[in-house]
Amino acid sequence: MTGFKTVISLAVPLLRINVDTDTIIPSREMKQISKKGLSDGLFAGWRYLNEKNRILDPDFVLNDSRYQGSQILLSGDNFGCGSSREHAVWALHEYGFRVIIAPSFGSIFYKNCIRNGILPIRLQKNQIDKLVDNTITIELKSQKIDKNIDFDIAPADKNMLLLGLDDIDINLSYSNKIEEFEKSDRKRRPWAYLT
Amino acid sequence: MVAKTLFEKLWDIHTVCNLADGVDLIYIDRIFLHERTGSISLVGLDEAGRKIPNPEKVFCTMDHIVDTYADRDDNTSMPDGRNFIETTRIKTQKAGIRLFDIGDNQQGIVHVISPEQGIILPGLTLVCPDSHTCTQGAFGALAWGIGSTETEQALATNVLRLEKPKSMLIRFEGTCSPGVTAKDIILHLIGKHTAFGGVGYVVEFSGEAIDELSMEGRMTLCNMSVEFGAFSGLIAVDQKTIDYVKGRQFAPKEELWEEALNSWKDLNSDHDATFDKEIVIDANVIKPTISWGTNPGQSISFYDPIPSPEDFQDSNLKSAAKKALSYMDLKAGDFLENLKIDAAFIGSCTNSRLSDLRRVSKILKHKKIAPHVRAICVPGSTEVKRKAEEEGIDKIFIDAGFEWRESGCSMCFFAGGESFGFEERVISSTNRNFEGRQGPKTRTHIASPETVAASAIAGHISIATKMDADQ
Repeated sequence: MTGFKTVISLAVPLLRINVDTDTIIPSREMKQISKKGLSDGLFAGWRYLNEKNRILDPDFVLNDSRYQGSQILLSGDNFGCGSSREHAVWALHEYGFRVIIAPSFGSIFYKNCIRNGILPIRLQKNQIDKLVDNTITIELKSQKIDKNIDFDIAPADKNMLLLGLDDIDINLSYSNKIEEFEKSDRKRRPWAYLT
Repeated sequence: MVAKTLFEKLWDIHTVCNLADGVDLIYIDRIFLHERTGSISLVGLDEAGRKIPNPEKVFCTMDHIVDTYADRDDNTSMPDGRNFIETTRIKTQKAGIRLFDIGDNQQGIVHVISPEQGIILPGLTLVCPDSHTCTQGAFGALAWGIGSTETEQALATNVLRLEKPKSMLIRFEGTCSPGVTAKDIILHLIGKHTAFGGVGYVVEFSGEAIDELSMEGRMTLCNMSVEFGAFSGLIAVDQKTIDYVKGRQFAPKEELWEEALNSWKDLNSDHDATFDKEIVIDANVIKPTISWGTNPGQSISFYDPIPSPEDFQDSNLKSAAKKALSYMDLKAGDFLENLKIDAAFIGSCTNSRLSDLRRVSKILKHKKIAPHVRAICVPGSTEVKRKAEEEGIDKIFIDAGFEWRESGCSMCFFAGGESFGFEERVISSTNRNFEGRQGPKTRTHIASPETVAASAIAGHISIATKMDADQ
């Protein structure tokens, strides 16, 4: 995963609450054991009038010509709730989204974003409303939207995104500590180990 | 000693070390996989040339994609499902992971078979690339769903780096009325406090109404913690927990059992522990509860009218209600009882265990489902199915007009194979009433298995009265 770069883009307003991962990528669109080839199924239930023939629904915001190529998605509370499927994030990323702004996120989805180069920003609803139809600049390093709105992100998550770090390598750098833990934990909780 | 919540105790037991910026390295005791999202983790690790150091703590089942028809094999009604099944089989074998394959008498839905076989134990951490992993918090364990990439991390390193979630206590005062089940309790909670009321929290359920629940009821309750937005759900260990676990295949035996019992004594929140948030709910007022809309927060008592968008102060909830009424083809002010159903489904990691099927069989005995209703029962595990058949429960379902299936997730969601059909109205013992969850434009009402059975008989949404159960 490459590091997160500054994003300048018009934001797509999908201002609904509880947009679940089944809606972001329906199970029927997850056809292969692959992290790729998923953007075509993104929001399939809302994006197509006829899913089989892929006839676009002109009323769905993503199909509005103004928003083609947009990298920022605005939404409501609990975006990405429901199923743990990481395919939701892979599909959003492949479609071109790099930033999602919502008042709150499903917790598994939030973590999946951090690991796949999408910046999830928590922002109050009234602030999100003001971003609609503006071209906005998101800078992760300074944690600012348009240089004047601050947003919070955990330092570890920020680092993951900025540097595109590998989780497994980070964990393995603590191998000694993990081994020490296991050694003492086996004495403390012998019943918890299966060998 | 500082007073601690159950969650804090579990967190501390598993903290390998504190890293910078509030992140802890948390030790993972068990990992469960299934062919849908586990396969992708195994392939990812293999492609990266990473090894799984402790395959003995990893288990895998076939539940999400496998068909539930009798005489099923590797072919699936979901297009290309066979590839998921075959790949899972090859990769688990290569890694030395125990697989509960098609035809294995221990196969079943991950969150049904893990407790059934004593894989989840009090005091453990368990992760699975499946959001309903929180089910297993019913055992006083910290169990939660993760993504496929995080699963690769846990498989390869036995740890995850996590920020500690906040803690919430949900205390139920008093006891539930007869006929009110664990499913009604959790739908009531989410209906009152929204589908995102628990975001950022590990929630602990407590109180007399929870003490009274069976372990299977507690699993139903914890199962839908994720539908409340929570990181996970928890219930303290008591004698029921211990009695359930004892003697199961992967549970500790003899001396180790005694040591385990000693460790588990403390798996409850200290009397004076403080939570970041507390909610108190009067259990006496809970009625049979059913979803009307397109997220589990849109749930009401059977006796209440379907709400109008104007009933909601919050503009987001208002517009969500408007969209849900349209999708579900409902009129505000109408009653759920007036809704004719096309199908009824009993199954899923929420409500497909033996006690669920036993209770439903009492309602279905000597009854027939309405002629226009398609009704399906999918037992949660092959073991549940076998035991139900020993008790003759399968015959009661079949005589009433239900299809009796092999175990799996089945039509809890639509994966491109079987579905209930366009704009069909389904009453379902599952956990998600999202748009399109059970099929394109399918309209799902989630409810207790009792309510599903009573509705299947009536042909419209109905609840099991005491009379039904007594006959």
